[in-house]
Amino acid sequence: MSTIPVHEWTLREAADRIRSGGVSSRELTEAILGRIAAINPKINAWVTVIPEKAMAQAAVFDEMQARGESAGPLHGVPVGLKDIFCTKGIKTTCGSRILHNFVPPYDAAVTERVLCAGAVLLGKQNMDEFAMGSSTETSFFGNTLNPWDPSRIPGGSSGGTAAAVASAMCFAAMGTDTGGSIRQPASLCGVVGLKPTYGRVSRYGMIAFASSLDQGGPVTRTVADAALMLGIVAGHDRRDSTSLDLPVPDYDAALGRDVKGLRVGLPKEYFEGEGLDPQVRAAVDRALAALVAAGAEAVEVSLPHTEYALSTYYLIAPAEASSNLARYDGVRYGHRAEGTSGLIEMMSKTRAEGFGPEVKRRIMIGTYALSAGYYEAFYGKAQKVRTLIRRDFDAAFQKADVLLTPTAPTPAFRIGEKTDDPLTMYLSDIYTIPCNLAGIPGISVPCGMSSEGLPIGAQLLANHFREETLLTAAGAIERAIPLPRVAPFKG
Amino acid sequence: MAISTDEVRHVARLARLALSDGELATLGGQLGQILDYVKQLDRLDTAGVLPTSHAVETGTPFREDVAVPFPDREALLANAPDREGDAFRVPRVIED
Repeated sequence: MSTIPVHEWTLREAADRIRSGGVSSRELTEAILGRIAAINPKINAWVTVIPEKAMAQAAVFDEMQARGESAGPLHGVPVGLKDIFCTKGIKTTCGSRILHNFVPPYDAAVTERVLCAGAVLLGKQNMDEFAMGSSTETSFFGNTLNPWDPSRIPGGSSGGTAAAVASAMCFAAMGTDTGGSIRQPASLCGVVGLKPTYGRVSRYGMIAFASSLDQGGPVTRTVADAALMLGIVAGHDRRDSTSLDLPVPDYDAALGRDVKGLRVGLPKEYFEGEGLDPQVRAAVDRALAALVAAGAEAVEVSLPHTEYALSTYYLIAPAEASSNLARYDGVRYGHRAEGTSGLIEMMSKTRAEGFGPEVKRRIMIGTYALSAGYYEAFYGKAQKVRTLIRRDFDAAFQKADVLLTPTAPTPAFRIGEKTDDPLTMYLSDIYTIPCNLAGIPGISVPCGMSSEGLPIGAQLLANHFREETLLTAAGAIERAIPLPRVAPFKG
Repeated sequence: MAISTDEVRHVARLARLALSDGELATLGGQLGQILDYVKQLDRLDTAGVLPTSHAVETGTPFREDVAVPFPDREALLANAPDREGDAFRVPRVIED
């Protein structure tokens, strides 16, 4: 008989206990809403909380249960969504002023799938503005604090999502990852974050940042919970033309598989850089030792174009963003500047008022890189180097089934520490960015704690469509290195 | 790589961002720094390398060209900063 508090249950425990009648959806939802009311004023992980709607939905699920019906695998379990997924009738801000009052008329594909699986939606989670950032400090709604140490950032851009899962303000949540925005905050908050293969999860209704890199994925407290969520959100959707029309495997089956004989590649370039904190290095070494002890085989691999990934990303992502964000013009939704005379002036002032400094910076880089005379030198060049980075991974996956690296070079840094220098901030994503450029899946799994009590994550990368390999290997690390699943934050 | 204020102003105009002089100066400096950094890509010989626009090749999916009316017109219009009936109202388009 477990004596751990209700909010600390895993997603699977919560779903099982509702199914077996041990607890009602209303009891569970009320408990988590209480937790949010107590802790969120300090952590600021949520932009919007919807207690009335959540309780009403929980009541519907309890009535269904009383009739012997089940809505799906998440029947009655409270979850959260990053505020980038459109939610019909519920404000969706993308962490921005320009969409501070936007109420979507439809649900994102991810929203639909999570709700159809029977989840109770608690609200929308804080994030860097338009997912541009690595610390959740660029949100229009204030920064989110790391529940392990409130003087530190939770990572980003899905910082509210990772902080909410880590401090047990929901049982699971969905984030998005363009250059590390699921994995890096998961690492810094001590939770599991999975970025699926590009196209595995529909981007329909997920507010676009860089369309060739963006991918939604789960943030959970256990690997098994990530597998459950992935099985729910993965799959073809004709409304997203880049959605993969492939069968979705049984991810649960991957959880129990043996890592014996699994070839674990260590990309030497990821361990050579000067920015890698020795404590992170040591924790990743322990993750490797755990895999080897379970029968995996370590092999050295090389990804020779690693040092060019950040430059490639910081041309491609802003270029795509400058095009995607052109739609925010004050005409159909969102903020509009007052007291302007012509249409162009209205749009230009609306955008100047509505976007924060980081978003403006990236729109400017992207517009410059795409402008006449520079396109070939910058954007065109970056797309070619992207090909070289992809080829590096193709070659590495000839020798290895999975790659093991740090997720982030350091544990969580202090609030304000990197806000003055964009390039220093961008280096937080140095190990996560290449994965998005190659379109491959990646997961961050907790593998240690620093001497200051801050979580450290290991990143696993696999070839396209091999999420199962990630789940198998991450599960082995999780079993071998027991760590607290919930941050000790008391409020 | 120094970027002139005129060039920054030109890019801001293309991006429809009415930036203050202070913002133009700050962004000009930062843009220059970032472009200096990404110039490292020039060290790579990419002759004959095809560009990647999407990392997972899926081909172009086709579907019937059939319009599907959105069921809730009012919910779409409700977000308008300024509307007139079923239309979005904007300041005058053709300026003097």
